[in-house]
Amino acid sequence: MAVSASRIASRQIANLVFAGFCILFTAFALAALAAILWSLASQGIGGVNLAILTQDTPAAGSTGGGLRNAIVGSILMGVEAMSIAIVVGVLAGTWLAEYSGQSRYGSLIRFLNDVLLSAPSILVGLFVYQLLVERTIGHFSGIAGGVALALIAAPVITRTTEDVLNLQPTALRESGIALGTPVWTVTRSILWRAAGSGMLTGILLAFARISGETAPLLFTALGNLNFSTDMMQPMANLPKVIFDFALSADDNWRRLAWVGSLLIAATVLAITIIARAFAKEPNRS
Amino acid sequence: MSTIQDTAGRRTTPRGAYFEPVFEGLCFAAATALLASLGGVLISLMIGGWPAFAQFGLGFFTTSTWDPVRQIYGAAGPIVGTLVTAAVALLIALPVAGAVAFFLVELCPPILRRPIGTAVELLAGIPSIVYGMWGLFVFAPFFAQTVEMPLMAAAAPGSFWEALVQGIPNGSGILAASIILAIMILPFMAATLRELLMTVPPQVRESAYGLGATMQEVVMKVTLPYVRRGAIGAVMLGLGRALGETMAVTFIIGNSHDFPTSLFASGSTIASTIANEFTEATSPMHTASLIALGLILFLITFAVLAMARLLLRNQTRG
Repeated sequence: MAVSASRIASRQIANLVFAGFCILFTAFALAALAAILWSLASQGIGGVNLAILTQDTPAAGSTGGGLRNAIVGSILMGVEAMSIAIVVGVLAGTWLAEYSGQSRYGSLIRFLNDVLLSAPSILVGLFVYQLLVERTIGHFSGIAGGVALALIAAPVITRTTEDVLNLQPTALRESGIALGTPVWTVTRSILWRAAGSGMLTGILLAFARISGETAPLLFTALGNLNFSTDMMQPMANLPKVIFDFALSADDNWRRLAWVGSLLIAATVLAITIIARAFAKEPNRS
Repeated sequence: MSTIQDTAGRRTTPRGAYFEPVFEGLCFAAATALLASLGGVLISLMIGGWPAFAQFGLGFFTTSTWDPVRQIYGAAGPIVGTLVTAAVALLIALPVAGAVAFFLVELCPPILRRPIGTAVELLAGIPSIVYGMWGLFVFAPFFAQTVEMPLMAAAAPGSFWEALVQGIPNGSGILAASIILAIMILPFMAATLRELLMTVPPQVRESAYGLGATMQEVVMKVTLPYVRRGAIGAVMLGLGRALGETMAVTFIIGNSHDFPTSLFASGSTIASTIANEFTEATSPMHTASLIALGLILFLITFAVLAMARLLLRNQTRG
């Protein structure tokens, strides 16, 4: 009995140590993440004013100025990227869920899409640089930036579209077809509608993902100190402005970098929260 | 009457059926476009990087002279920097992410479970440039003051320790970059692990508890082995992120191409080197060398991600 009692005691001690370790590390992780949000809020909110939205990025050494050109550039490229990515992603996801069946080509694409989903974004930038900036257009442009972002958003949309379409019951497809409806009409009018909220979640998450992407824009859209809506020209964007301004020694630029970071983080958080509200099943597994 | 029989015998094609193959073709084309873009990334990196491989051969991997003036490029520094920072980041993030996941699944009071779980998932979406900013302005000064200086002062002269902590205590360097990377991949890994642990059927956990197992035994001997493959996959996904991460690292690694010899020394990763130099590349060979670096990164991450996806697929997809 004595042996088993001491064994129980040692197991309980091990358990307590383990629980303590879990609690301590969780507290530690939450503290680190809270610290990030706190410095973002405390450093960023102080610099927010109306000029952020109405004025362009200032020259080094000057005071004031805002982020208007960068915000507009980011929005324009985001819209371009999303309009490409939604078309490609929804169609590709539909193909994977509805048409690919058990084909080997289908599983190859599914697999490569998963890889593309988490491939280093800077490599996407290098690819688009060589394809568009170097060979086709000849210089940095907003278009190239949008294409690079689209390549990052499309796999996200493909994956979620396929997943939510697979959740739709087969009976739904069969009942549509039994009414004499062509399969593609069944897909568009019944399946897409039934899976709509899930697909919208995927689209929003993809948008959240690209709104903070920096690396692929560095050598596609480049950046622009002036206000420009010409997609064929280099285009200012928030992440690049943050990158340049944060590494400078200019206090005003640094202030704007913090404001930009706060803007991006707030946008991403807001989009993610809206996306989760749309998702019917928050814990898809 | 005869007309009715005629139409009954001959089924009319539904309206719009002609577009059936068109739609399927469009869907197929979109899926193929994804394949083409991944293939395009690989091919463009191979073409763009070829001059560097042709010029320097194996020396590109083994030497660490990176000199745009003399046109000599050896990538050992960034390659080792990438591998070391990712490995150290994983070493730090893994126990913490595991602890967070175990805490949320087994220990957390139900009232806190949703808020903390949601917070972890939301933080996984924060763009890496935000982590980079924080690392540069908040973490680096803190790290220099509370970790680097005391450690360097405490290291015995001439010891192995002293070699490991050499450098300028300015808060940026290999270890600082690894820690920022670890904080960045932490929410993602914790969220994935938690999701995996929740797929364990309640009967499995409850029967282990019913046999008198402690919480630690349930986690380490029952639920974690149950999701073993998926858990390894999640870790590899985290590693893939750490390897390819650009912005968070570029801010804080110090950007030196020397072969990293100490944890506090400045270094560089493949991604940070490309981000810093690509638009300012001085010659075609400089550009080619940077693209060749990109190809190396592509091959490393592709191997890691492919393995991760193969392991994860059986756990999380039907």
